[in-house]
Order: sequence, then structure tokens, then C-alpha cells
Amino acid sequence: MTEEFAKKIRSLSLQMVTRAKASHIGSALSITDILAVLYAKVLRVDPTQPDMPSRDRFILSKGHACVAVYAALAERDFFPALELETYGQDHSNLMNHISHKVPGVEFSTGALGHGLPFGVGKALVAKKIQADWRVFVLLSDGEMDEGSNWEALMFAAHHNLDNLVTIIDYNKLQSLTTIQKTLGLEPLADKLRAFGWSVKEVDGHNHDQLNQSLSSVPWELGKPSLLIAHTVKGKGISFMENKVEWHYRSPNAEQLAQALAELEASNA
Amino acid sequence: MRNAFIDELVNQASVNDRVALIVGDLGYSVVEPFAERFPEQFINAGVAEQNMMGLAAGMASEGYHVFVYSIANFPTFRCAEQIRNDVDYHCLPVTVVSVGGGLAYGSLGYSHHAVQDFGLMRLMPNMLIAAPGDPMETRACMRYLMANPQPSYLRLGKAGEPCFHSAVPTIEPGKWLQVKAGACNKTLLTTGAPLALANQWIEKSEQYRDYALHTLPLWGMATKEIQAAKIKNWSEVTTVEDHLKDAGFGSWMLEAVMDTPELLTRIKIKALSPKVCGMVGRQEVLNELGGLTAV
Repeated sequence: MTEEFAKKIRSLSLQMVTRAKASHIGSALSITDILAVLYAKVLRVDPTQPDMPSRDRFILSKGHACVAVYAALAERDFFPALELETYGQDHSNLMNHISHKVPGVEFSTGALGHGLPFGVGKALVAKKIQADWRVFVLLSDGEMDEGSNWEALMFAAHHNLDNLVTIIDYNKLQSLTTIQKTLGLEPLADKLRAFGWSVKEVDGHNHDQLNQSLSSVPWELGKPSLLIAHTVKGKGISFMENKVEWHYRSPNAEQLAQALAELEASNA
Repeated sequence: MRNAFIDELVNQASVNDRVALIVGDLGYSVVEPFAERFPEQFINAGVAEQNMMGLAAGMASEGYHVFVYSIANFPTFRCAEQIRNDVDYHCLPVTVVSVGGGLAYGSLGYSHHAVQDFGLMRLMPNMLIAAPGDPMETRACMRYLMANPQPSYLRLGKAGEPCFHSAVPTIEPGKWLQVKAGACNKTLLTTGAPLALANQWIEKSEQYRDYALHTLPLWGMATKEIQAAKIKNWSEVTTVEDHLKDAGFGSWMLEAVMDTPELLTRIKIKALSPKVCGMVGRQEVLNELGGLTAV
């Protein structure tokens, strides 16, 4: 059940940020369902061989949402779950932006706009050596402000990288306020199609929709695939949903208890 | 220099299909020998330097040694964060190649004057700077980098530089290369294209007539520690570079000996004054205006 996996990721993520007094829980909860489907159903990865040459490559470009990836990797036994307790602590490999020092993590990010060009380079190599592994890159919506992403979008389409899948976590909030009030992205799907990508839109919390889309790439031969995942920042915790402040705040003990209770009571 | 570079790259690519050349829509009349012979290993990334450097890092993470070629500041400052985070931090074998180091593109204006690039590159902990002084050193740098793939910055002049070595020298990071013996216990120490200028000073000026001449083509943060032992052998070492004094090669050398204060006064720096910023003209004119003169 990928929904149970997602629930576990949410629970571990909440505990990690609370323990470390860290930020970005809203961003992590936003991508949790995407990650659950990817790591349970889609990605060809082997926890016993994190560097297996034939593995699919997953890159989290919005590196600040790393707790959800760390939790997913630990749940998939890439490393002992106990290590999650070191998150954000002195000398831990589990730093507060995703780190390639963690087994299963391909690339460190933190500055936005780096993941897609890096993934493009990997996908280009896969084409050149005629390998059948794929590259999945998860971006934030606010990150689409970065010009480097649009450079990479153009390059990937020009080079027919249909082994490249980009997912945009479109929760409509960025660091200070809404996307709409900052730099509006609409009409996003049309823009991306005009850049030469095959584009689909799904409810980013609907596991069936996510699985159906991500398991059937490429959607068009010769075109890279772009999934716009409509999401809710802070998804699953009532007092965090759609609140910019949870880009920054860390839950206190009481809020953590309430959040975990909500998770426990939820069906998903 | 740039022809020596592409010649060496072609030689290496003929025995290694994991060598790639990415250009930022530049290199007309230089890169063709590579592009025509190895089309699968050649990529024109377009006028998009951030993506160019990011994709180079991505390719390098999959086993390629990627050379990223452009001119002046375009493959350095324009994509500085990609070099810092993607290439250097992940310690990937990407060689950033900039042609037109210093004031080689003097008449093209400040946008094309690469006089702060050492400052940027020497801030990267894993970055090896390769600044050859002539075509032979260019070949030596290329052979070293191919044998030791790592984050690296190859700073080239343009074309037509004279040869000072009769054969391709063997070089190592941090090791000085003697070009001329002197008649006193003083030496000029150059990095990059000003080798020819320093040689002129020895040949034509009273002040430097008896000086020895050395180059340091491979250097960076990791090779600072061994410099003090070299400076100790000389009563004076004058560094020569076509880069601003701030954060340049001479400043690097001063930092290298700062724990041995008695050596600090042995180092003199010949570097460009910031008053050259914004001026235009031929390279030799700008170098002189910037203070690269024998007196």
C-alpha cells in the first residue's frame, strides 16, 4: 500500500524536523505522495546496491524538502532508520538540504535550479551509451523562476531525451507568498508543451493517478515527460496545509503530537 | 594555445570515448577538428551557460571527462554556482576551459576581460587551476588533466603564443618549471600567457636582466602548502600574471607563505591594476596601462 508508505514518510518527516528544530516541513509534506509512489512502484532501485549501474536516477532539485526523501530511503532500507535521528545534528550526513553523502541520493542540492540541468546531463549519457535507465527530477514550482530550468527544458527537448521525467510540485506557494503574487507561471502546461515536452497534469496526492502517469513514461517517443503534480503545501496536517509559515516553522512538541494524531486518524 | 588544446583533446578522444567537449556556442575555427571527428562526443549547449555547466556535471557523474569550452568570463562567472555546487563540491571531472584569459580580447571591452577568474576559481577547494604559458605547457596541462581527471580550470590565451619549451614538459601541481636560469638569486614566476612578457623583461630590461624565469602552470588551494619551501630558495620571487592583484596568483603566493613572515618580503607582485577595468585596446596596450611593465 503506497498510502501506508506515504503515511510513514509523513510521520518520520514530522519527527525529524521537530527534533532538529528545522524548517521546510510544508515542502516535504507536499511531495510525500509523489515520493511514495516513485520509491514503491516506479523507480528501479536496489537498496543493497545504491550505485547499481542500471538503476534509475532520482534527483530532488528542491533540496530543502530532503526529510521526505531521507525517510523514504530509510523505509526502503537504503540505510538504518535509526540514522534519521541524526538529521540536522552536528557531523551528520543527513544535512538539512539533500546530500549525496547519504546512500541512495544522487546529487546534493540546496540552491534552486541545479537539479534539472544535472539530470539532463545524466539522461544524455544514458542515450549515448544506449542504457535503459531513466532520470527522474523533482522540482518545486517556485523553482521555475530560475532561468537555468528553462535552459535545461529547451536542451532536453532539442536532444529528444525521452528517458528524462520531470515532476513539478505545483503547490502554488513559494517562499513569501503565492506563486500568483510572485511570478505567475500560468499557463504552465502550455508553456512546457511549447518548449517541446510531453506534459500531463495529475492530483499530486492521488496515488493511482501518480502511478499511472509515472509508470507509463515516456508518454511520447522522442519527447521528455513533464508531470505537473497539483499539490497542497503541508498536505495531511490540517493546521499546516496551504500556510506559507510552514515553509519556515518547526513544530513544537504539542503540534507534533497533534500532527501525528491526525496522521494516525487518517485513512490514507 | 587553443590549437594545442584542441589537438591534445582530439588525441585523447581517439583513445577514450568518454571524453566530451561541450561548447557554449563559441569556438568557431577552433573546435571543428574535434566536432567533425567525434560528433557523438561534441555538444553545442547553446548560449545557456548555467545549463551547460550543470549538464557537464551530470555527464561527469556518469563517467565522462567533460571539457566545457567558452571564452573569457562566460564559462566561469556566468555559471559560478554550478561550478561551485555541482562540479567542485561533488568533485567531478569537469575541466572548465576559458580562452582569452587576461586581456586577450582587449578591444571587446570589460565583458570580455578575464581578469578576475583566478580569484573565483581559487576559492574552490577541489579545483586545480591550469594556466599554461605556451603551447607546450598547454599540451602538458592537457596530458596531466587527462591522466588525473578532476575539477579543473584551464585558462588559455588565444593563438600565436611563442614556444619556450623545446618539448612537452612534465608538470605536477604546485611544482615550478624552470624556463631560464638566472645570474642572481632572484626569479620571475609566471602563470599563464604572461610568460612571453616576463621573458621580454629579462631580455630587454635592466631591472630583470639577471633574473631566472619559472612558470607554475598547475596550482590551486591544495598546492599552497609546498610553496614556502620553494620561496626559501630565492632572495626575491616576482610573480607575474595578467589578472588583478586582488585574489590573483601573487596574492595566492602571499597567502601560501603567510605563516612564515620572513618570506613575505621576498615576494613581489606584478599584476594588473584595477584602473585597467573598463579600458579597451590591444592586449599589449592594456597590459602596459594596467602596470605589467618591467619598471
